[in-house]
Amino acid sequence: MSTPTATSSSPPAVSVTGLVKRYDEVEAVRGIDLEVRSGETFGFLGPNGAGKSTTINMLCTLVRPTAGSAFVAGHDVVRERGQVRRNIGLVFQDTTLDTYLTAEQNLRLHAELYGVPRGVVMARMQEVMEMVGLWDRRGSLVSTYSGGMKRRLEIARGLLHSPRVLFLDEPTVGLDPQTRSLIWAYIRELKAREDITIFLTTHYMDEAEFCDRIAIIDHGEIIVVDTPETLKASVGRDRVQIETDDDDAAIAVLREQFGIEASRAEGTVTFGVAEGEQFVPRLFEEWGSAHPAIRSVSVARPSLDDVFMSYTGTTIRDAEAGGDLDRRRNFARMMTR
Amino acid sequence: MATEAATAREGSPTAVARVIVPAGGVRSELRAIKVVWKRELIRFSRDRLRIVTSLMQPFLFLFVLGTGLSRLASAGTHGVNLRTFVFPGVLCMAVMFTAMFSAASLVWDREFGFLREMMVAPVRRSSLVLGKCLGGATVASFQGIIVLCLAGLVGVPYAFGLIAAVFGMQLLLAFAITAFGVMIAARTTQMQSFMAMMQMGIMPMYFLSGALFPVSHLPRWLEILNRIDPLTYAVDPMCRVVFSHLHISAAARRALDPGVTWWGWHLPGAVEAAVVAGLGGLMLSVAIAQFSRVS
Repeated sequence: MSTPTATSSSPPAVSVTGLVKRYDEVEAVRGIDLEVRSGETFGFLGPNGAGKSTTINMLCTLVRPTAGSAFVAGHDVVRERGQVRRNIGLVFQDTTLDTYLTAEQNLRLHAELYGVPRGVVMARMQEVMEMVGLWDRRGSLVSTYSGGMKRRLEIARGLLHSPRVLFLDEPTVGLDPQTRSLIWAYIRELKAREDITIFLTTHYMDEAEFCDRIAIIDHGEIIVVDTPETLKASVGRDRVQIETDDDDAAIAVLREQFGIEASRAEGTVTFGVAEGEQFVPRLFEEWGSAHPAIRSVSVARPSLDDVFMSYTGTTIRDAEAGGDLDRRRNFARMMTR
Repeated sequence: MATEAATAREGSPTAVARVIVPAGGVRSELRAIKVVWKRELIRFSRDRLRIVTSLMQPFLFLFVLGTGLSRLASAGTHGVNLRTFVFPGVLCMAVMFTAMFSAASLVWDREFGFLREMMVAPVRRSSLVLGKCLGGATVASFQGIIVLCLAGLVGVPYAFGLIAAVFGMQLLLAFAITAFGVMIAARTTQMQSFMAMMQMGIMPMYFLSGALFPVSHLPRWLEILNRIDPLTYAVDPMCRVVFSHLHISAAARRALDPGVTWWGWHLPGAVEAAVVAGLGGLMLSVAIAQFSRVS
């Protein structure tokens, strides 16, 4: 089966039809259809066990589909494995670096495995390492790197052979907020500089906002594919919680002055607004000195669960099916509700 | 396929040192083999502790056990020092253990995720496995060279023919053992179970091989096990080479280096080397087949 790789100006970066993966009795992926446009940043959202990893593993030729077909960069993931691999970059959730080697040795090894022409290895290596701010540390053993540095190095390595599609599996999971935003800065810079399609999975709704489009996957099926704006709008609101000296008075002020229905939950005044972060400055500006003092404010963005819930009507199963991370997050959420 | 990949890249905009990766071929497979081999060497050179510990065992066997037991065994060795007799066997042991540890690193690679980086690379799995086995063999034969350097201390002459022949044989052994280890590692996800499997394989193989005793006039059961043991066919040619360079009586030679027989037929060294090479090749292909499976 051949595909029109070079005929049209921009063939889809990823094209999936009726993709199924069955393990014995378990159907991990139950017939998904998907098309990711060239140059797009595409997000894959879903709880652990939803079929995200299995789908990515099929797209990067590590797992053979039970049924259906998938083309990545115009190549069949079953029949043209080598071609697919040559055209993709991969950053897995778990580190796949050799920590006993230096950063530079890791990248050189990658260049050799991917057959990067010798003449350009050095220039390209410098370029990708400078992009993630690790060029000065290239001689250090990876075992001396922090978690965030390792992830940055992996991103650099994934780009070394100029892939046409970069797969990022939970690129920021387990990283501190500063490093997370740094990683996203790199990803955005990458999009500006290179002709690349990014396919990523994430748990975080705020990260999904950086994507051009998002697919929500659950039980091995794609539930909805849309832009983050549309999805977020469908979920609605951020949750704001404030601690005050007098909750009843505060609730009254919110109703009369801001037109917001608030309620009391676990010792805080809780309400929903469309744009939580923009609302907080306004709240303080307009909160008269006569009103009860506000002691603390917290804003919670709509989470995967919130979006998820609006499409599937459930989050409980999530907690049961999920790994540690999901469980913790759900537990935390249950505790704050 | 090559042109397809190239044309598909046409029209990339802001070309920032855009790399165009050529499609497959023998050259890229060779590069992959080489880099996997090289990684093995880099990692070994970094691991000082491993170098030291793997040297300790041969020292213990040669100088402590060899010296201690020689007082007991002097009656049976026709005046040949026991240390001299066990030299080929100790060399084999050093090579085997180093090769085994090289293969074991594959289990670590899986555990720490690096294996995945190699498995998704656009090269054949056979290149990866071959590179790994060659790397293990190189590292192990490096260990062998160090033991070879000790030859003079145990009365084995530094003759060029001897060193070349022993080196060649131990290289073959190192490759076969690494292939054996990689074959096991392909199926093992935990270091403990790998080590257990290796102990179960390596120790009986070592003790049955005749590395520590002459292989003639053995009880029937031991003779059978000895002839089944693949390691026998690596140790025996080394013994033969070493003993042919010693100035000892014919009776001593007959007693200590009787050679391996199949139903009375003395196996020539070339056949024994072929047995080791054949088994190594077989295990290599099993290992490749296991790594090439896609779930």
